[in-house]
Amino acid sequence: MGRTLIEKIIFLHSKENCSAGDVVWMQIDNRTARDFAGASVVGNLEKYGGDAPIDDTSKTFFTFDCNVPANTIPYAENQHRIRLFAKKHGLNVYDVDAGIGSHVVIEEKFGKPGTTTVGTDSHLNIMGAVGAFGQGMGDTDIAYAFKTGETWFEVPESIKLTLIGTPANKTEAKDVALAVLRRFSQHELLGKSIEIYGEWAEKASLPDCITFSSLATEMGAIIALIPPNSNVLDYFGMKQDDAVYADSGAEYASEYELDIEGLEPLCAAPPAPTNVYPVSELSDVEVDGVFIGSCTNGTYEDIAYAAELLKGKKVAPGLMLKVVPATRATWARLLEDGLLKDIFDAGGIVSNAGCGGCASGQIGMTGTGEVQVSTSNRNFKGKQGKGNTYLTGIGTAAASAVFGRIASVHELEGV
Amino acid sequence: MSKDMILTGRLWVLKQNNDLFEDIDTDMIYHNAHLAVTDIAEMGKFTFGNLEGYMDFAEHAKPGDIVLVGENFGSGSSRQHAVDCFKALGVQAVIARSFGAIYKRNAINSGFPIIEIPDIKADAFENYEVVRLNVEDGVLSSEDVSIIGNPMSKVARDIYLAGGLFEYAD
Repeated sequence: MGRTLIEKIIFLHSKENCSAGDVVWMQIDNRTARDFAGASVVGNLEKYGGDAPIDDTSKTFFTFDCNVPANTIPYAENQHRIRLFAKKHGLNVYDVDAGIGSHVVIEEKFGKPGTTTVGTDSHLNIMGAVGAFGQGMGDTDIAYAFKTGETWFEVPESIKLTLIGTPANKTEAKDVALAVLRRFSQHELLGKSIEIYGEWAEKASLPDCITFSSLATEMGAIIALIPPNSNVLDYFGMKQDDAVYADSGAEYASEYELDIEGLEPLCAAPPAPTNVYPVSELSDVEVDGVFIGSCTNGTYEDIAYAAELLKGKKVAPGLMLKVVPATRATWARLLEDGLLKDIFDAGGIVSNAGCGGCASGQIGMTGTGEVQVSTSNRNFKGKQGKGNTYLTGIGTAAASAVFGRIASVHELEGV
Repeated sequence: MSKDMILTGRLWVLKQNNDLFEDIDTDMIYHNAHLAVTDIAEMGKFTFGNLEGYMDFAEHAKPGDIVLVGENFGSGSSRQHAVDCFKALGVQAVIARSFGAIYKRNAINSGFPIIEIPDIKADAFENYEVVRLNVEDGVLSSEDVSIIGNPMSKVARDIYLAGGLFEYAD
């Protein structure tokens, strides 16, 4: 019997013959915790860890990305508690300047195809972008992984999703992910591992894969695994033989096809990422602010595209454009390429690298009645303040910033 | 941590639009404004602080209460606060049609019983009715009715009996 991609990755890390529904103990290659919940991980390790609280310090590290640099005293306390613990036990800290932890894991090439990563970030299943296992977990779980290098895991059922066709020009990975969210309710994919096939997945760039897989959490899925294509393999300097793929005879709980031929840009209106409409149907929604960034749309390519669209233009009067590159390395490239100036000149506010508005961060909160277009991944009630959040790709976000209402990227042509 | 397999308590039937409340995410259970709290005892008062119709839950919840909700409870972030806040209030268990994956793990690892009853109807039990919950077999009963859900998995049972993941591993 063949194995699905997640069964194969878990098998290679557990040596237990496993299939969907089995609970196995698996080895974790990268064990991380962030400033949010990291202090509780430390608390657990101090309480239960004993004299040797860390299994392997070379595989274990902290990433600060939620509230960076700390703008509340409790976050400052938590971060410093983590720093002191890390210093005592010889653990690396990607501190408040480093940016989003999940992106750092990919940038540093710890999170290669076929590897396993856990951490306290619920979007750590973003690792599916490179055909790797990633999972966000609570602080008890992560503390246990820090101490033992292992975690228990119930092998999920796998779903094969083939995307048919090619989206329209200027339609982005975010729109493709929103099309999947529109097709499936939050319940159909709950607890499943989705494998993505089809022409789009075979050609997607690494940043596009990251955007798509970052929305697995919103799909309710355990992970959205994209089998490593040549773009991803090249990034890691790997060949197909080095990566892990599903067996040809793998058994899936369900197989679906979704037609994305000619797909136009989409937008998820409040109050859920599954509440998806064509951008063109929302063009009368007036916008107070635009947030560009997050683990979903904060890569160099994302911000550079925003800069390209905004170059020589001005944001609508009174509109706040908040831009947060994902990592320090992204920031550096944007700085060197002069692209931050284009955003600045257009009237944008550029913040330091990190998660921005998503986790009680310092940029991107909204007040009652305030409308924000955001390239992030959640628009649940209260998530990004008391206002209304609309989720879009970069093109829609940039166009909306210029027009002061939800606007299609096509409207920017010739402006 | 209690290790009883049979729990008895007052049932909160959380509803929205005449059905069990569906898709309650972690920001509705425990809002991100209070994530820096690390002392479990302090977390109780924020429980459901962002859930429409139940923002005063923490004031009215009593130790021993059991909570019943709809599908996809606890989707969203990985925060353990969303489990620990119930423990802080003395809530004994949460029953749902289904749970978000991370939430499920967090609950199991901290030895907090969560029970899935996929087919449970919104009117199967009265709000505040005293019920009996067999967490091992996943059966929720009152004097009149008994609804069968999913039994605990072996890992969940072992960790629950030990009182938590670290206690189990020792």
